[in-house]
Amino acid sequence: MTPFLRIGLAAAAVGLAGLLAGCEDTTESVQTGYRGTGMVQLTSPEIRAEQARANAIPEPQPAASGEGPKVSELTDVYQNVQILGDLTEEEFLRTMTAITEWVSPEQGCEYCHNLENLAEDSVYTKIVARRMFQMVWGINGQWTDHVAETGVTCYTCHRGHPVPLNVWAEDPGPPEAGGMARTNTGQNLAGVSVGLTSLPYDPFSPLLTDPAAIRVLTPTHLASGSDRTIQDTEATYGLMIHMSESLGVNCTFCHNTQNFGSWTTSTPQRVTAWHGLRMVADINATYIDPLAPILPDSRKGPLGDPLKTNCATCHQGVNKPLLGVSMLQDYLASLGGQRAASN
Amino acid sequence: MAEYQNIFTRVQARGPVYAGVVDPRTSWPRQGQGGFAHILGRFGDAQVGPIYLGWTGLASLIFGIAAIEVIGLNMWASVNWDPVQFVRQLPWLALEPPGPEWGLSIPPMAEGGWWLLAGALLTTSILLWWVRVYTRARALGMGTHVAWGFAGAIWLYLVLGFIRPLIMGSWSEAVPFGIFPHLDWTAAFSIRYGNLFYNPFHALSIVFLYGSTLLFAMHAATILAVGRYGGERELEQIVDRGTAAERAGLFWRWTMGFNATMESIHRWAWWFAILCPITGGIGILLTGTVVDNWYLWAIEHGFAPAYPATIPPVLDPAAAAMGAPQ
Repeated sequence: MTPFLRIGLAAAAVGLAGLLAGCEDTTESVQTGYRGTGMVQLTSPEIRAEQARANAIPEPQPAASGEGPKVSELTDVYQNVQILGDLTEEEFLRTMTAITEWVSPEQGCEYCHNLENLAEDSVYTKIVARRMFQMVWGINGQWTDHVAETGVTCYTCHRGHPVPLNVWAEDPGPPEAGGMARTNTGQNLAGVSVGLTSLPYDPFSPLLTDPAAIRVLTPTHLASGSDRTIQDTEATYGLMIHMSESLGVNCTFCHNTQNFGSWTTSTPQRVTAWHGLRMVADINATYIDPLAPILPDSRKGPLGDPLKTNCATCHQGVNKPLLGVSMLQDYLASLGGQRAASN
Repeated sequence: MAEYQNIFTRVQARGPVYAGVVDPRTSWPRQGQGGFAHILGRFGDAQVGPIYLGWTGLASLIFGIAAIEVIGLNMWASVNWDPVQFVRQLPWLALEPPGPEWGLSIPPMAEGGWWLLAGALLTTSILLWWVRVYTRARALGMGTHVAWGFAGAIWLYLVLGFIRPLIMGSWSEAVPFGIFPHLDWTAAFSIRYGNLFYNPFHALSIVFLYGSTLLFAMHAATILAVGRYGGERELEQIVDRGTAAERAGLFWRWTMGFNATMESIHRWAWWFAILCPITGGIGILLTGTVVDNWYLWAIEHGFAPAYPATIPPVLDPAAAAMGAPQ
């Protein structure tokens, strides 16, 4: 080795070390299971700061006194109050103020109301909003296995947008040539919904309507004549990527990846997710799909079905929506699960 | 010419094109006049051609190009003949096998018939190329080791795309033609059948795969290290063991107590290489036909470790609801 080469190599080594020192890795690895099993979650101060920024909570409306007559008794002021008539006027108005701030802050009251006659049902969004109240009660009352006492409010999904940013509809995919060519496989494009893989880009239509079909593994070690195919598995895999991305977690948040199907080696979060999948199937079928006749095309997918919920609708990149803050506690009277009985 | 010390040299000695031995039995003349490419000389021999095509080579190329046409045109059709999308999405595009509903029947072209045709064309092309590799080796009076090594790879290809789907009774079990799609297929295949890492033949295949790279690295390093003693003239060293072979053997005997010989190291390499697809193919063939969940199989046979629970085990909520274990 010539002296010149030696000096050059030494300089290169020093430069490389300086370069590496410049990019400090702030990733924090949190072990969640037995050592050596890869049960680890990754985070960093930057990720947490970004999540805190994206999940800022709006100030609650001033609490109502709880006194005064019910809205249903003030018939000369309020007509056609079909679902919130049992609230006091104060509670009713703060709820309306909150929902406007949460759902249509730019459009204001007229997003749902005819300002000439607030009682009128002439704007379709008012009928939708009424149904969405009932949906929130249903979630908070009947799906506590998933939302616990934290519950949800309109803001959990809407975040200031009339249509939540993360919704889905049946996806026929971009146009294909058709004719004799192999088409209609529903996969093999850079699928944004499935993490830019080539997996089926609409795993929601089959699996969020029938969550039992998610299971593909054979529960016995020898071949048992199971009819679960690799194509079924690809759809499940796509849905799991959606869940992972929606919650900002990796597979090991719920599964021990040595055996995805095993429950005994899974984490309690998998049980929560199991209920969540059924909750999504329920609210899409019970509250959202039936609205199709009154929704305009702009609120529907290319095949005419309403824009629906999936995991990302609420979670928006964090495993507990809004980082686990319960906005519901300030609106229990109007949004609490105890109202589900009146659905 | 200080650098021209042995065969491992960057100096390119350039003579007239060397046609090599002429085999009077071959039915085709060699194609082309032959020429030189300096850049190729940096990696191997600078001489290119003349090539022997033969009817198997020609037929193989025709079938192979036809297969690529079928695959590529179907991919292009899937983006509605849009050239921009074809280029952008090419790594994601695929020609899928028929759906599960078709079993082993022959579906319409749009339902997977094209996949069957592409598979038949590609398989024909590969088998013809194998025949060409075999007959060319014979024509040169060589052994047929290359052909049988190639056959190992063909075995894995046929298991994945033909033999296993036949046993499973469905073309849909086969691999799609596509870059990312075949990788996603592989991941889904492992997930569906309970984690292929617990398949012992998969494990063996990985041993031979990584073992091959290790042997390749050890052998290449050894021969380069004794190049100054003529170690790269391996056949001469086999026939008449010289100081290069002596030193190479001593090096390994000193460092790990055991050494291969100039001849045996190539048998090691050949067997490691060929056993990689052979054992892999056995592992694939057993998957879904005999074993449906490799993790549970490994637990059953004490092959997978059991880890202590660090969190309270959870129960399947579906089993709780339906009273059936899963």
